[in-house]
Amino acid sequence: MTTTIAPSRTAQNPLTAGQLPPWAPWGLLGVSLLIGAAIAGLIAGASGSDFSVVIVGLVGFVLYLVSVTVVSQLIEGGRKAADRLVTGLVVGAFLLALIPLISLIVTVVVNGAARFDLQFFTWTMRNIVGEGGGVLHAIVGTVLVTLWAAIISVPVGIFTAIYLVEYGRGALAKAITFFVDVMTGIPSIVAGLFAYALFALFAGEGVRSGLGGAVALSLLMIPTVVRSTEEMLKLVPNDLREASLALGVPKWLTIAKVVLPTALAGIVTGVTLAIARVIGETAPLLIIAGFTTNMNYNVFDGRMMTLPVFAYNQYISPGVQEQAYFDRAWSAALVLILIVMILNIGARVIAHFFAPKSGR
Amino acid sequence: MSKRIEINDLDIYYGAFKAVEGVSIDIEPRAVTAFIGPSGCGKSTVLRSLNRMHEVIAGAYVDGEVLLDGANLYGPGVDPVNVRRQIGMVFQRPNPFPTMTIRENVLAGVLLNNRRMSRSDQDDLVERSLRGANLWNEVKDRLGVPGSGLSGGQQQRLCIARAIAVSPDVLLMDEPCSALDPISTLAIEDLIEELKTEYTIVIVTHNMQQASRVSDKTAFFNIAGTGKPGKLIEFDETAKIFSNPSVQSTEDYVSGRFG
Ligand SMILES: Nc1ncnc2c1ncn2[C@@H]1O[C@H](COP(=O)(O)OP(=O)(O)OP(=O)(O)O)[C@@H](O)[C@H]1O
Ligand SMILES: [Mg+2]
Repeated sequence: MTTTIAPSRTAQNPLTAGQLPPWAPWGLLGVSLLIGAAIAGLIAGASGSDFSVVIVGLVGFVLYLVSVTVVSQLIEGGRKAADRLVTGLVVGAFLLALIPLISLIVTVVVNGAARFDLQFFTWTMRNIVGEGGGVLHAIVGTVLVTLWAAIISVPVGIFTAIYLVEYGRGALAKAITFFVDVMTGIPSIVAGLFAYALFALFAGEGVRSGLGGAVALSLLMIPTVVRSTEEMLKLVPNDLREASLALGVPKWLTIAKVVLPTALAGIVTGVTLAIARVIGETAPLLIIAGFTTNMNYNVFDGRMMTLPVFAYNQYISPGVQEQAYFDRAWSAALVLILIVMILNIGARVIAHFFAPKSGR
Repeated sequence: MSKRIEINDLDIYYGAFKAVEGVSIDIEPRAVTAFIGPSGCGKSTVLRSLNRMHEVIAGAYVDGEVLLDGANLYGPGVDPVNVRRQIGMVFQRPNPFPTMTIRENVLAGVLLNNRRMSRSDQDDLVERSLRGANLWNEVKDRLGVPGSGLSGGQQQRLCIARAIAVSPDVLLMDEPCSALDPISTLAIEDLIEELKTEYTIVIVTHNMQQASRVSDKTAFFNIAGTGKPGKLIEFDETAKIFSNPSVQSTEDYVSGRFG
């Protein structure tokens, strides 16, 4: 052992310790997985059940962790061994977390592809029984309801956060913070019932409108917007506020032209995440926006279909041709995911343009 | 356009904590006044109370008078925003606005206040201020790049340019060179020398040589112990403070025997 390492050590500088070649961990991983596969095969053969990939992964992972730690301990020393062990654990946890995500996306894409066609995006469900039809009315509904929810909650949320960070002192600020925290925990169905009760006061029992849905969603959105904006405003260095104030700039202009632009990228990201959080809400919309097979561009009046409600509806009450309904439900889910993705990409682009430039 | 500042029996508080007690100083126009003293004795606190930046901190307030050419800054109905437009400030750490270019940083006092100004006037102001801060030659070809991309010393001179662009009567500087190398420090000291022909300048510094090089008058502050308020010990011509002070603790401090 020493004879194989010694020559290379003397040739290098005295600060280098023994090192594993870069391929060694991969080699160990391969061997571990092979052993895992062999064990899985044995179990499958003995019990007559199917060959289990889970067992391969589990056994391979544990074997890899043990072997890489032991080998590294012997050749590289304790600190490196701990590093390799923790690296292995972290990557393992990452892959584990990735499995449900990938599986979800694959399932939705595979099942949603069946009806991902032009008709799906250009038709409503008016007078459709069985196959065919589309979700244009639900896409329009989702976009309108979410847009109005954002119109309501973004100003409220941002101004609340500005108050809390820049002005709020004492009891009122504490109370607001407390109630924002409470709002974070409101179940979405309660938000829906609240919006229904509120609109029923004015329009009578049985009221249905897109705006009601927007109000319900904004109840869920406001606390998220407040929280994220608050964090972003707190990140703006006090130096910048003082620099601006010292130039004789009034406080409100300092906030509008120094603090907000500096935090803008983060605020935009926060708002997008808040939108992504509510765009898939079903329960409150089921109550107050209702469902319909027709197009409705007017948020102020009448039932309005939305994508999550559409998917739920197609799934819960399939007609005779079940498969057509299930296909539409999956495709609607796929469209919803795509909309959220587009929103996120849009936010990235905006954040990129507004981010403070380091310029170095 | 430089004005005299008179501080009369000023007490300065952070909430319940009295940080500075009983300060009275006459700050001459067209001269450099230096504040020296051990850390925590309240130099920055006094400086910040001269343009009402002290009260920006929650719970902070002052008791006493600060007169700018006879007008009390802390009189009833005085708008701190107006005070700060006449008394500019340069901070210890360079703090250019990260969202703005070099040009915009210099114009910050104009742009942030939504004041209208023609393009050519703006160009003039940028050049004049940057020349005033000895920075023009280094940045004239890249006025459009972000201000945070400059070196620390250049950023500090940018902040000085930003402060003089609003043509204040008084310029307050809180350890403007503490983050800078000797060459940038010299550049800023030269700059202070030039600026004092037009402005009243107050500078806080920990560097005795700097105080003796740039200032005409020096105020020495000291503190009796932690939790006690800082006090003005001696205020006199700089030459006198450094050669033949009248209080023993001043002599100990400037000769390096304590603090
Ligand atoms: N924001 C603040 N809140 C409460 N107390 C403060 C605050 N800033 C300063 N103090 C206190 O006021 C006293 C004077 O502080 P100040 O910053 O004026 O000292 P200084 O002389 O500028 O010191 P240095 O030379 O280290 O900058 C100190 O006791 C300090 O703890
Ligand atoms: Mg200080």
